[in-house]
Amino acid sequence: MNWLLAVIQTMLFVALAPLLSGWLKWCKCHLQNRKAPSLLQPYRNLLKLTRKQPVVAEHASWIFTKSPYIVFSAMVLAASVVPLIAVDLPSAASADVIVLVGFFAFARFFLALAGLDIGTAFGGMGSSREMTISSLAEPAMLMAVFTLTMTASTTNLSLAIEHVLHEGLVLRPSFVFAMFALILVAIAETGRIPVDNPATHLELTMIHEAMILEYSGRHLALIEWASQLKLMLYGVLIANIFLPWGIAQGFSAQALSYGLLTIIGKLGVLAILLAISETLVAKMRLFRVQEYLSFAYLLGLLGMLSHIILEASR
Amino acid sequence: MNIEQQDFYTQAILSMAALVGLTSFLMLGQGRLLRLIFVFALQGLLLTMTTALAAYSLDSPHLFISALLTLVLKVIFIPWMLRRQVLLMNMHRDIEALKNNTAVMLGGASLMVFSYYVLHPIVQTSSAIMLNALAVSLSVVLLGMLLMISHRQAVAHVVGFMSIENGLFFAAIVATKGMPMVVELGVAFDVLVAAVLFGIFFFHIRTSIDSLDVDRMNRLNEVDQ
Repeated sequence: MNWLLAVIQTMLFVALAPLLSGWLKWCKCHLQNRKAPSLLQPYRNLLKLTRKQPVVAEHASWIFTKSPYIVFSAMVLAASVVPLIAVDLPSAASADVIVLVGFFAFARFFLALAGLDIGTAFGGMGSSREMTISSLAEPAMLMAVFTLTMTASTTNLSLAIEHVLHEGLVLRPSFVFAMFALILVAIAETGRIPVDNPATHLELTMIHEAMILEYSGRHLALIEWASQLKLMLYGVLIANIFLPWGIAQGFSAQALSYGLLTIIGKLGVLAILLAISETLVAKMRLFRVQEYLSFAYLLGLLGMLSHIILEASR
Repeated sequence: MNIEQQDFYTQAILSMAALVGLTSFLMLGQGRLLRLIFVFALQGLLLTMTTALAAYSLDSPHLFISALLTLVLKVIFIPWMLRRQVLLMNMHRDIEALKNNTAVMLGGASLMVFSYYVLHPIVQTSSAIMLNALAVSLSVVLLGMLLMISHRQAVAHVVGFMSIENGLFFAAIVATKGMPMVVELGVAFDVLVAAVLFGIFFFHIRTSIDSLDVDRMNRLNEVDQ
C-alpha cells in the first residue's frame, strides 16, 4: 500500500511538472503584457516532439542517444526521494539529501557529456559553462541543506520535514539564510533568468540550451521534461522544507488530498514570485555568475554559522 | 538551551540579529552606491523594528522614542541626504569595481567567526541570547570596518562608519535594554552632525581632487612614486 502511494506520488510529480512550467510561462506573459499560451501548452509540445522523428548526427556515439533516457530517469528517481504530498513514504526513507544532490550531479554529468559528444562548438561551450556553474552551485546547495539536516539531526528529507512540523512555529535565523541560499541556487541550477534565459537561443548567452541544441524528437522531449521536473523538484524542496505545513502525515484520503491542494497552492505562489523576479531582473553577464553563486555560498555558510552560533545548545 | 525552548521574543531578536548581519554582508558586496545606501536604510529599518520589539516586550516605553529617532535619522534622513549628494555629484551611474570581491566576502565570514570566538569566554558566564546578539553586533562593527577598507569611494566609507554605529546601537538595545535617554540623544545628534559634516567634506574632497575616490589621495604626496 505504502509503495503504491510512493509510486503514485512520483507519477504525480512527473505529470504535474509541465503544468508548473506552463503556469510559470502564463504568469510571465501576463506580467509582460503578452498574450499567454494555454496552460496545457507544455504537454502539447511534449506530445508533438514525441511524434516527430529524432535526427541524430552522423558521428554521435551511444552516449548521445542514451543520455536523454539517463537524464530523465535520474530526475524521476530524484522525484521519488522528495516528499510531495506525504511524508514517511518508503521511497523517501531509502535515500537522503546527499543522494538527491548526487542524482542531480549524475544527470548533469550525462547532459554535459552529450553536449561534448557531438563535437559542435555550441555543445562544448554549453557543457563547459554548465559545469562551471554547477561546480559553484553544488557546495552552496549542500551548505543550505546541511543547515536543515543539522537542525533535524538527520539527512533524510522526510524525517527532517517531520521534525520541522513537530516543532511548530520556531523563528530560526539559520533557516532564513538557508532559504535564500537555496532559492539562489535553484535559480542558477534550473537556468532561470539572472543566470540563464530558458527562452532564448541567442548564441552568446545560452547555457542549458547550448548543450541540447542538437537534440530533436523524443530525445528533446525527454530532456525538456527532465528540466521541467528539475524546476518542480527545487520548488517542492523550497516549499516543503521551509514551509511544510499542510503536507500529509497520515495516509487517509482526506489528508492526502489536503496535502495535494496545499502543495499546488505553494508551488503556484512560488511560480508567481519567480515570474515577478524574472520580469524585474535583467540577465547577468556570464562572468558575474561566479559572484552571484559565491554570495549564495556565503548565505549557506552564514546559515550554518548562525545555526551553530545562535541556536545550538550549550 | 535550544532555540525551541526560548520564548518568542528571544527567537525574534535572534532572527533580527541574523538579518542585521545579513545586511552588513549585503553592503560589503555592493558595488553601486545607490543600492549601498538602500541596504543601509534597510539595516536601519531592522534596527528600528528590533528597538520597537524590545520596547514592547520589555515594557520600557522610552525605547519607543529611540526607535522613532532611529527611524527618522537612519532610515529616512541620512539615506536621503547621501542619496541626494550621490545624485548631485552624478556618481550614481558608476559601478565601483571591487577588487577580489569573493576574498572580501570570505574575509567577512571569518570576521564573524572571529567575533564569536572573541566573545566565547563571556558566553560561559552570562545568558545565551545576550551574548549571541553581542557576537552579531561585534561582527557588524568589524564588517563596517572591512567595508571602509575594501571600498574606495568616500560615500561608501561614510556608510561603513554609520553601520559601525548601527552595530553598537544594536548591542546596546539587546544587551542592556537600552542606554539612558541622554546618551541616546547625544549619540543621535552626533550621528546627525557627522552626516552633515561628511556632506561638506564630500564637496571639499571633490573640488580639490576632482573625485571621491580616496585612492587618488595617495597622489597628493610630494615625492613622485
